[in-house]
Amino acid sequence: MAEPRPYPQAHDDPPAVRLALILAAVLVMVLLVVVPLANVFYEAFADGVGVYWANLFEDPDTLHSVKLTLMVAPVAVLLNVVFGLAAAWAIARFRFPGRAFLTALIDLPFTVSPVVVGLFLLLLFGLQGYFGPWLREHDVKIVFAYPGLVLATAFVTFPVVARELIPLMEALGAEEEVAAVSLGARGWQVLRMITLKNIQWGLLYGIILCNARAMGEFGAVYVVSGHIAGKTDTMPLRVEKLFQEYNLPGAFAVASVLAMLALVTLGVKTALEWKTRRELAEAKRLAAAGGGE
Amino acid sequence: MIDVNRRVLPGFGLSLGYTALYLSLVILIPMAAGVLKATTLSLDAFWAAVSSERAIAAYTLTVWTSFASAFVNVILGVLVAWVLVRYHFPGKGLLDSLVDLPFALPTAVAGLVYSSLYAENGWYGRFLVPLGIEGAYSRLGIVLVLVFIGFPFVVRTLQPVLEGLESDVEEAAACLGANRLQTVVRVTLPSIVPAVITGFALAFARSLGEYGSVVFISGNMPFKTEIAPVLVVARLEEFAYAEAAAVAVVLLGISFVTLFVINLIERWASRYHG
Repeated sequence: MAEPRPYPQAHDDPPAVRLALILAAVLVMVLLVVVPLANVFYEAFADGVGVYWANLFEDPDTLHSVKLTLMVAPVAVLLNVVFGLAAAWAIARFRFPGRAFLTALIDLPFTVSPVVVGLFLLLLFGLQGYFGPWLREHDVKIVFAYPGLVLATAFVTFPVVARELIPLMEALGAEEEVAAVSLGARGWQVLRMITLKNIQWGLLYGIILCNARAMGEFGAVYVVSGHIAGKTDTMPLRVEKLFQEYNLPGAFAVASVLAMLALVTLGVKTALEWKTRRELAEAKRLAAAGGGE
Repeated sequence: MIDVNRRVLPGFGLSLGYTALYLSLVILIPMAAGVLKATTLSLDAFWAAVSSERAIAAYTLTVWTSFASAFVNVILGVLVAWVLVRYHFPGKGLLDSLVDLPFALPTAVAGLVYSSLYAENGWYGRFLVPLGIEGAYSRLGIVLVLVFIGFPFVVRTLQPVLEGLESDVEEAAACLGANRLQTVVRVTLPSIVPAVITGFALAFARSLGEYGSVVFISGNMPFKTEIAPVLVVARLEEFAYAEAAAVAVVLLGISFVTLFVINLIERWASRYHG
């Protein structure tokens, strides 16, 4: 599908139809995606660069929200990377009873409302929750504090890495790993030298996408954070608070940082896709030249 | 191959054990807590919490707006996927990358910018509001932002299917005397129906639970523009934990049913293609 090839006549749409459909699709994308994206930056810079800068760096609560997000997201991502690797290894390399159920369970956060997730954490760890009294006795704060934010973020984003890795590892097959083991490699050696090397780009994209989701998570974090400004507000929560305070330039300034994060994520994804496609084409060329298996 | 793997490759117990442990810690225990909390209500109180007029209005609005947005996404998604797979034009790569933006953009940003675009003095609102189309703080606004949130699902489920279609089927139809429109409508479109339904279901499921973007644009008026997740938060802010849990359990039930239906559809679709 990569290189344009002339379609046979019967397969072609009339040029007028083709043009109309392309224009319609471009219009849809512009109205739905491009204009909103441009609007984020337009509104953020509406009062000039100086105001934008002040909105971002001279509001202590906003600064704190940036710091908090930078503290919460990496921990959640790390948890999910370890989980993603374990889950992908178990699901893509072995067959066992309950495998389909496990796979379905991993998809769960995609359909469960993040608000529901947050509420359940609150019911577990909040003051009225099941572990609440015990936690208070031992002076451990989970809800309305940092650990709760990490838990909520980890729950909502945990499928991301696993979902990237499982199909990738299934497609790669186990031959190389089996070969390594038969040549005497130990478990961690196989993981480090074969598996991680083979899945590195997929893993990288999984990490970046998971990070973008973690930094942007709103619903679950909203419920467990108690939104205390300067304490438990992450960047998306700060956007909402500034919006409620009618401080639109401030809200858009924070939103623009999150939008840049999304753009970087997309950029990395596109670059990795190009890379894989080039490598595929290269492999195909080699195979055609007789160098392949 | 199956047995060979387990005998040869190490780490089965460790990886499966860790996966199961993590899943139970992160999913099963909190979920059990939620269900348990809901059961602390007497049956009558539970029923009253989940079937109050306000709750019914919220579920209805949630399901209806999710359905409408998924439906719009089918139309837009088929168009965009078709153009991206079948035609070549400058800027196609960029367009293709941008399809994923709703996946990567935080929902709060989407909600913020949509509410500002459709407000009276916004870029869209200044043309639409004089025509009587209120995009912000209305039910229409909820649908609009959900269309954005669910947009990638239909496109991304359709693209591989469209790419995999053999062109000889369409050629055969043309050789047998069908004109282009007949070929597309009677040969091509029927074979992408399972993928369209899967994309619809995914977009629908995603919209059911959406909170971050809707809360900005809907205005959150009880009985009018209050979706079910917003109702959960409202109950929570009244410290009515059990009532919040009751509504949440209903939402969870809807999610489970949707997930189950998606699995059924995918099984059916794979048989259809297989």
